[in-house]
Amino acid sequence: MSADIAHTFRSTTHPYEHAESEARSDARRRARVVLALGPTTALAGVVWALVQPWRLTLLHPLGQGFWWLLAEPPLYVVLVGVLFRLLLVPGIVADLFAAAEERE
Amino acid sequence: MIAAQLLPKAEFVHWWFATGFVILALLLASEAIVGEEVWGRRPWRRYLWPAFMFGMGVLMFPVMTFFTSSTIHMVAHGSWAQVMMLAGAAELGLARGKLRSPWWHASTSFALLVAGAAVLVHEQNSWLFERAAFLHHLIGWTAIGCSVFPLLKAVRPRWPAATFGMAATFVAFAVILYCDRDIAPIFGHLSYFAGVPKR
Repeated sequence: MSADIAHTFRSTTHPYEHAESEARSDARRRARVVLALGPTTALAGVVWALVQPWRLTLLHPLGQGFWWLLAEPPLYVVLVGVLFRLLLVPGIVADLFAAAEERE
Repeated sequence: MIAAQLLPKAEFVHWWFATGFVILALLLASEAIVGEEVWGRRPWRRYLWPAFMFGMGVLMFPVMTFFTSSTIHMVAHGSWAQVMMLAGAAELGLARGKLRSPWWHASTSFALLVAGAAVLVHEQNSWLFERAAFLHHLIGWTAIGCSVFPLLKAVRPRWPAATFGMAATFVAFAVILYCDRDIAPIFGHLSYFAGVPKR
C-alpha cells in the first residue's frame, strides 16, 4: 500500500474515533464529579463531627431530651450525602452515558 | 405552656432547614454538572428541587405559627414562606412547561431579595450583639448578593455557572443556619443584654 493511500485512510477514520472518545471521556469526567458529590458531603459531615464532637448528643446521651437526641447536624449531613449517592447518582450517571452514546 | 415545652428549640428548626438547603445544593450542583438535557431525561428529576423548595416554603408556615414571638418576626417568617413557595412554584411551572419565559427564573431572584430584606429588617441588633444577630446580618446580605444568580439564569438559562451559583448560595445558607445557637457569643463578643449563653 502506498504511503499516500495509508495517510488518507488514517485521516478519514481518526477524527471519528476521536469524536467518539471525546463524548465518552466528557461523560466520564462529569460522572466522576457527580459520583464524588455525595461522598464529599458525607466526608464533610464526618470531619465536622470530629471537629465538634459535642454537637453529637448521641455520644453523651445521658440526660438529653428527645429533641436534643434527634438533632444531630453532622449526622444529617452524612445521611444526605449517603442517600444522594445511593438514590439519585446511579440514575444520573446512567443517563449521562446514555446521552453520550446517543451523541456518538 | 405544655405545648411550648414539647416544641423543639428554634435552633433545631434552623438545622433542619439547613439540611434542606444542603439537599437543594446537591440537586442544583448535579444539574449544573450534567447539564439540563441529561438532568431532564427522567421527568420526575426536573421537579425535584422546585418541589423541594416549594415544600420548604410550606413548612415555613408552621415555623411562623409556632416559633415567632413578635409581629415583625412573624411577618418575616411569613414572607420567607411565601417567597419560597413562589420560587418553587415558578420553577415547577418552568419544569412542567406551563411557563415558557426564562424570565420566570427571576422569581427566585425576587424571593432571595425579599427574604434577604426581611431577615435584615427583622434583626434589631447589631452584628456583634450575639451569634444569632451576626448570622441574621450575614444570611440577609448573602441572600441579597446572591440574588444575581437566578437573574443570570433568567438571562442565560443554559449557563451552568448560574446554577452553580445558586447551589453555592444554598451551601452558604446551610452553613450559616447550622452555626445558629440559642444564645451564644460571636468571635468572643456577647452583649450583656443578650442573656446567659446556652450550650
